[in-house]
Amino acid sequence: MIKLENLSKHYGAARVVDGVSMTIEPHTITVIVGTSGSGKSTLLRMINRLVEPTSGRVLIDGHDTAAEPAHLLRRRIGYAIQGHGLFPHRTVAENIATVPQLLHWEPKRIQARVRELLEVFQLEPDTYAHKFPHQLSGGQQQRVGVARALAAEPNVLLMDEPFGALDPIIRAKAQEDLLDLHRRYGTTIVLVTHDMDEAFRLGNRIAVMSQGRVLQYDRPAMLLTRPADPFVARMTGSADRALKLLSLTTAGEAAVPGSADGAPISASASLREALSELVWRGSESALIIDEQGKARGCLSVEAILAHGRSH
Amino acid sequence: MSALTKVQFDRLGALLGCFAVAALIFLPFVIFKANRIVPGDPRAVLEALPLQPALMAIGAVSIAVLAATFFVSPYLRLGTALLGLIAVCLAVAAAGNSLTPAGSKVVRIAPGSGFWLLLCSLALMVTDAITRLRPGPLMRVLLLLAFAAVAMVSLAHGTFDHLSIMREYAVNAVRFAHELGQHLWLAVGSLGAALLVALPLGVLCHRIPRLRGGILGSLNLIQTIPAIALFGILMAPLAALAAAVPLAAALGIRGIGTAPALIALFLYSLLPVVANTVLGLQRVSPAAVEAARGMGMTRGQILATIELPLAVPVIVTGIRIVLVQNIGLVAIAALIGAGGLGTFIFQGIGQTAIDLVLLGALPIVALAFSAAVLLDALVESMDRTRP
Repeated sequence: MIKLENLSKHYGAARVVDGVSMTIEPHTITVIVGTSGSGKSTLLRMINRLVEPTSGRVLIDGHDTAAEPAHLLRRRIGYAIQGHGLFPHRTVAENIATVPQLLHWEPKRIQARVRELLEVFQLEPDTYAHKFPHQLSGGQQQRVGVARALAAEPNVLLMDEPFGALDPIIRAKAQEDLLDLHRRYGTTIVLVTHDMDEAFRLGNRIAVMSQGRVLQYDRPAMLLTRPADPFVARMTGSADRALKLLSLTTAGEAAVPGSADGAPISASASLREALSELVWRGSESALIIDEQGKARGCLSVEAILAHGRSH
Repeated sequence: MSALTKVQFDRLGALLGCFAVAALIFLPFVIFKANRIVPGDPRAVLEALPLQPALMAIGAVSIAVLAATFFVSPYLRLGTALLGLIAVCLAVAAAGNSLTPAGSKVVRIAPGSGFWLLLCSLALMVTDAITRLRPGPLMRVLLLLAFAAVAMVSLAHGTFDHLSIMREYAVNAVRFAHELGQHLWLAVGSLGAALLVALPLGVLCHRIPRLRGGILGSLNLIQTIPAIALFGILMAPLAALAAAVPLAAALGIRGIGTAPALIALFLYSLLPVVANTVLGLQRVSPAAVEAARGMGMTRGQILATIELPLAVPVIVTGIRIVLVQNIGLVAIAALIGAGGLGTFIFQGIGQTAIDLVLLGALPIVALAFSAAVLLDALVESMDRTRP
């Protein structure tokens, strides 16, 4: 658990971060979203003390982060940034091994960990371990950047606009991969972005920041149905908020007992996708099946629309 | 085979070819001098050599010129230019042998302007052809070693012994070895001392931007002082130091000699190394440094394992500039009694013995060229971040 207590950062008269308190639950993905200059990156960087707070405290699992030297703290916290920041003179394997080496792991253990991560990130170890970063595509560089951040098995991973430099198709893939990774390792992830869609896709919880303050810190659905502030409503976008809300629930979660004719819809599809499919077909309802092809119930347009109404 | 015979007009080759042909026709190949100081008689190739070897040399040069002007294949261009170069060198050696009266120690056969122009044109054709082959760093070093080996073997074998420069060498052989050693020690020693100061200074300039303007400005100012003036400026304070502090005098510090030369060269060496260190460190991607910090590297670790290794190719480029510059500047240090190959140059000027000047100047050119090739190869082989 990460606890931010009344955290502030002032540069002269400018209050870049102004009295932020929030609790980040373990094993969740928390997304900090805001416009540029909102203080979101500074807030993230105060967690691993790349920026020292002017006042306030950060507690990780109850321990004040100010109590130990900053560089030792950072070795326990994964950190991935936009544009990956890979070391251009080191191979992929050497890049990934950075923190384990700082922690003086056994060479064998480092080697095994590097191989494991390369496999998890779909980079064939024999092909990629000895390549240099400039020999990789943008998407591959970004994956190596995240693999490097996870190398020393940190409980916490901080990500500063990690997908900002990727094109939309590769970005969507990277977001999927991050969700897979989160399911696999259960790492507590704190991610900063300016992209609200990314926040809704990834976040278990979303903190909306503006002018150094957290305006609302809540589950994604609550941001849509109960925006605490006009700015939050603007950020989430009122034009398609009903559809956004539908995209937060899967067809499997919303299915009710019953059956329907026609081609079935996958349980992992969001209600937004299911609605789109039904409208396209011109049918009233469809059977919902899970990955094994077992029927999970059915879903009608009427039932989907009910999910999209606030309250 | 078609690649070897592909024909296309080449402007650089044509220009060099024109120089070579003009040198053959209009300029003296060798100068015949009754003794080392008097002005001599010019001799063309056909006058300097028996007919058959003269025609062979002219033929080899003509083939090289044709290949450089019309043929595309770099191998063909390199081969013919090398043959031309060898032919011209052997021809000048043969002219020395045939024109020198048997047993004469007084007559001097000096390579003439025609020979030098031929040498330059053909050497440029060779380097041009090598450049077109795009050899890797290791290959370039091997080529340099091969050229040096051929030169050494032919000099040791006595191929050129009847030429005027080698006559001067024969008289000065012992001093030559000593002055060559002194020359290298001054050039490399001052560079070594400068590195010890310039690298930390460069890192400091990078870390504290406020210092950068002042430090680089001062070093720039030193660079603008002419070498002779700087040697002169250092003379008085060093002489005073030696007079006042017996230890300094005991260490060999005097107003003239090695001490002021080393200090001046040291000062000249600072700017390129400091400036390139700053430049190299600035070139390091801020994202890489940020990531290194975020992963828990200390400042020292970031400097030693990320910033400096990434900056090294640029820093070595600075060292290359300094070394080539120093090898040239040391020649002037002979004026204040520091020795080095410049001694021969100034002696030669004093005696109007141009051969003695060349005995000092040619090795300096060869040293500077070799240093440039070696360090360029080093820079390229170290830069792992480039494809």
